[in-house]
Amino acid sequence: MTEEDKFEPSARHELSLHNKLDPEEILNGLEHYRPRRRGWSWRQPVPEKTEGAFTYLQVSKGLRESQGLPAAGYFGGIDPQPECTITTEIASGRFEDDLRRMRMAVFNGADHIMVIRTAGQSHFDGLIEGTPEGVGGVPISRKQLRATRKALDLMEDEVGRPVNLHSYVSGMAGPEVAVLFAEEGVNGAHQDPQYNVLYRNINMVRSFVDAAEAKKVMNWGGMVQIDGAHNANATAREAWKVMPELLAQHALNCAYSTALGMPKDRIALSTVPPTAPPAPALRMDLPYAVALRELFQGYRMRAQMNTKYISSDMREATVTHTLNVLLSRLTSADIQSTITPDEGRNVPWHFHSIHAINTAKQALLGLDGLREFVDIKRDGELGAKVRELKERAVLFLEEILAVGGYFEAVSGGFFVDSGFYPERNGDGIARDAKGGIGFEVVQRAGDYFAPVCAHYGENHVPPEYRRPCDAIVGCTICMPEKIKFIPELDPEDNAEKRLERSRPFRKDFLRPEVEWAGDGMVSVTLFLPADERTAHFASLEIAKNMNLQDAEVIHKQTLHPAEGTLIELKGRIEVKIDPKGLQIPEAEEVLNEDEIRARVAEEPMQVVAATVGEDEHSVGLREILDIKHGGIEKFGIKYHYLGTSVPVSKVVDAAMEAGADAILISTIITHGEVHRLNMERLHQLCIERGVRERFILVGGGTQVKPELAKAWGMDGGFGRGAKGIDVASFLVKARDQKRKR
Amino acid sequence: MAQARADDYAERRRHLANLSEQELEQRFWELAQEVVRPLLDLARTHTTPSLERSVLLRMGLDSPTAQGVVKQAQAHGLLGKGAGHCVWRYARIKGITIDQAASELARGEGWTELNLFFGKVGASV
Repeated sequence: MTEEDKFEPSARHELSLHNKLDPEEILNGLEHYRPRRRGWSWRQPVPEKTEGAFTYLQVSKGLRESQGLPAAGYFGGIDPQPECTITTEIASGRFEDDLRRMRMAVFNGADHIMVIRTAGQSHFDGLIEGTPEGVGGVPISRKQLRATRKALDLMEDEVGRPVNLHSYVSGMAGPEVAVLFAEEGVNGAHQDPQYNVLYRNINMVRSFVDAAEAKKVMNWGGMVQIDGAHNANATAREAWKVMPELLAQHALNCAYSTALGMPKDRIALSTVPPTAPPAPALRMDLPYAVALRELFQGYRMRAQMNTKYISSDMREATVTHTLNVLLSRLTSADIQSTITPDEGRNVPWHFHSIHAINTAKQALLGLDGLREFVDIKRDGELGAKVRELKERAVLFLEEILAVGGYFEAVSGGFFVDSGFYPERNGDGIARDAKGGIGFEVVQRAGDYFAPVCAHYGENHVPPEYRRPCDAIVGCTICMPEKIKFIPELDPEDNAEKRLERSRPFRKDFLRPEVEWAGDGMVSVTLFLPADERTAHFASLEIAKNMNLQDAEVIHKQTLHPAEGTLIELKGRIEVKIDPKGLQIPEAEEVLNEDEIRARVAEEPMQVVAATVGEDEHSVGLREILDIKHGGIEKFGIKYHYLGTSVPVSKVVDAAMEAGADAILISTIITHGEVHRLNMERLHQLCIERGVRERFILVGGGTQVKPELAKAWGMDGGFGRGAKGIDVASFLVKARDQKRKR
Repeated sequence: MAQARADDYAERRRHLANLSEQELEQRFWELAQEVVRPLLDLARTHTTPSLERSVLLRMGLDSPTAQGVVKQAQAHGLLGKGAGHCVWRYARIKGITIDQAASELARGEGWTELNLFFGKVGASV
C-alpha cells in the first residue's frame, strides 16, 4: 500500500447518543484489533456552503452528530465545521479516562487528538508496554494506542468524520516509536531531531541518525509530521526575539524530511504567535507569520496557540487565543491547535479542553471569509519587516555553515539565544556532539543488512531477494499479523485495575470530575472585599466550611489593593449521588420556532399580560412579550400589556373584553406569599365569572416554580431562565389540550 | 557558549541587500539543504540501538526480545552488521525460525557462532 487509505464511516453506529462509552468494552479483544486505515485525513472543504441562513466560505463537510456552539440555538442549531483541522491535546495520566474526554472533544468539533506523553518517556530507551499510570501525560504503549484508536474508530462513526490520532516520535526511541505508530494506525506525530538535541539533551548524532529512520517509517505510514520549532518560543526569555532562528529550525527539519522522501504537504510547521497582550501582539506576530508562509510555500501550517504568556486567568488566555485565531485567518492555518484556558493553573480539566475547541471553532467561524474584505498591506512597514526576518534567517544559516556545520553550531550555543539574531546574548543552549544522553552510534559494516521495509540508508540486501523483507517472508509492515501484542507487564499498575476501582463512579453513582472518574474535584469562584493575601487565606477557610478536601487557590486577581480580590479555588468533595434516587420533574417539550409560527398564523392568538399586585417590576414580563427580546410577539402572538401594579380583577376584565386566549400574570418580587395569593385569586375570579374554561392562565416570575403554579390554579408556570419560546410553545400546546377537553 | 554580540545586522546583510525576494528565498533553501547534507550522509552510513530495535520490531519481535538482542549485539561488537541481520543469519545457520533465533540471541546464546561466521565472511570480502 502506498496510498493513504480512504475514510468511510461505518453505517452501523456502535455508539449511541444515550450510552456512555465503556472503556472496559474497549479493552476487550484488543489483541485482535487492527486499525481500519492508516495515514492522515484532512477535512473536506465545501466552498460556499449554506448552513441555516448563512453562506460560509471557509467550512468543510458537516457532521452526522455534533454539539454546536452555545449561541447556535439563536441560529437554528447550526454547527458549521471550519475547513481546517482542529486539535485537542489530551492526557491526564490515565488513558482509559481520557477516552471520555476524547469523545466529548470529537463531538464538539475536534478531529486531531494529540496525546501528550508521560514525563520522562523521551528518556526511556525502548518501548513502554502495558498501561501504567502516567504523570502529566500518558505512557505511550501499544496497548494504549490500540485501545485509543479502537475508541476513536467508534467516535468517528458517531460524528461521520475521520479523527486523527497523534503523539510524539522523539526521544531515545524514535525509530521504534515510529514503527509502533505505523503499525497501530497513528495518523500524525511530532518528529524533529532538534527537539531531542536542544530540549532533551539526547546526543545529537544519534538524534539525526534515528530521525532519518523514523521519518522514513512515518512516511510509509502516511503520517503528518509536525516539527518542534515552537519550543524555542516557549523556552527563550523573550520569545519574539528568536524569530530568525525559528525560520532556520523549521528549514532544517523540512530540508531533512523532504530529502528522506516526505512530501511537503505532509510536513506541518509548528508555529506559535510569539507574543501576547499587553504587547502589541498582532503588529509583532503578523510580519513573522507572513515571512514564514512565504518562505515555506507548499508546506502545511500547524498554528499553535500561545502558552508562554498564559497566566492563571482563563479569560485572558481565551482572548489571547482568539487573537491567535485572528492571525490564522489573516494568514493561513491547515491545523488549528488549541490550548486549554486552564493550562496556566493545572493539568487541563476535560471541560476546559472543550472550551478551547469552542474558542477555536467560534473564532474561526466568526472570521469566516475575512480575507474577502480585508487584505494585508504587504508593502510598506510590514513588507520591510518580512524582508528583514528572512534576511536574518539567511544570515543565521550562513553562520552555521561558516563555523563548520550543524553540530559545531549547536556546540557553539547558536540556538535558543535570547538575542535577536545576529545579536547574541550568549545564553543559548550549547551541546557537545559527543555528549548528551545515548551517544551510541555505530558505523554500518560493509555487509550491513536490515531485512525490513521503510528503512533508510545503506542496506546490503542479498541478491536473491527482491525486497529486503523477502528474506524473512514479510515484515510487519507488509504482514501486520506478525505484530506481537503484549497486554501488561505489571499486574497492579494497569488500566484494568484502575477501572475496577473507578467502576462505581462510572456505572452506579455520580461524583463531580475534572480529569479522572470519581476524582471529586470542583472549583469555586468567589469575591472577597479584602487584599489579596487576606483573601487567599480567608478563601481556604471558606473551603473548609464547604467540606472541600485539599483545597487550593488556583487563581487570584486583585481588583483593587484594598477593595477586593477575585479568588478561584479547587478542592475535592466526596459526595456520592445515586441518579436512580433523584426526583426529576418531567421536561416540557418545546415546539420549534417554525412550528409555533405556523400554528399561530393558522389560528391567531392573543393574550393579556400584567404585573399584578403592588409590584413595579416589568422587565421579566416584557422579555417574555417583546419581539426585541425574542418574546411571544416574535411568533405572531398579539398581546395587550396592562402595566405594573395591576389589580387581578382588572386583568380578568381586560381579558374578557379583548376576547383573549390567555392571561399572563407576573409576580416577580414575592413578599410573603403574595405570588401564591395572586395566582389563586386569578383562578378563583375566573371561576366566579364563569370564564375559567375560556382562558389559559399562566403565572410567571423569578421565584415561580411550575409545579407550584399549577397547584395554585394556573395552567402553567414559568420561573427564572424561561424564554419567550417556552411560553409560546406552552400556549400553543395548551390551546390544543383545552380543545380536546 | 557563543559570545555576546551586538546586533550587526546592518553590516552583515550587505551582500543580501541586492537580492530579489525570490533570490533571497532560494538562498535560504540552498543553505538549509547544505546544512543537512552531511547529516543525511551520517544517517545513511550509521546505526543506533533504537534504529536496530525498530528493525527487529518490523521482523515481528516483541519489544523486550528486541531489547535483549540489541544489548547482546552491542556487547559482542556486532551492531554494525545490523541486529536484524544477526537474527536472520543465526536462524539460517541453525535452521530455526526468526522467533526462535531471536529468543536464543536475546538470552546471550549463539553469538560465538555468529562472530565466527561473520569473521569468515569478513575475511573473504
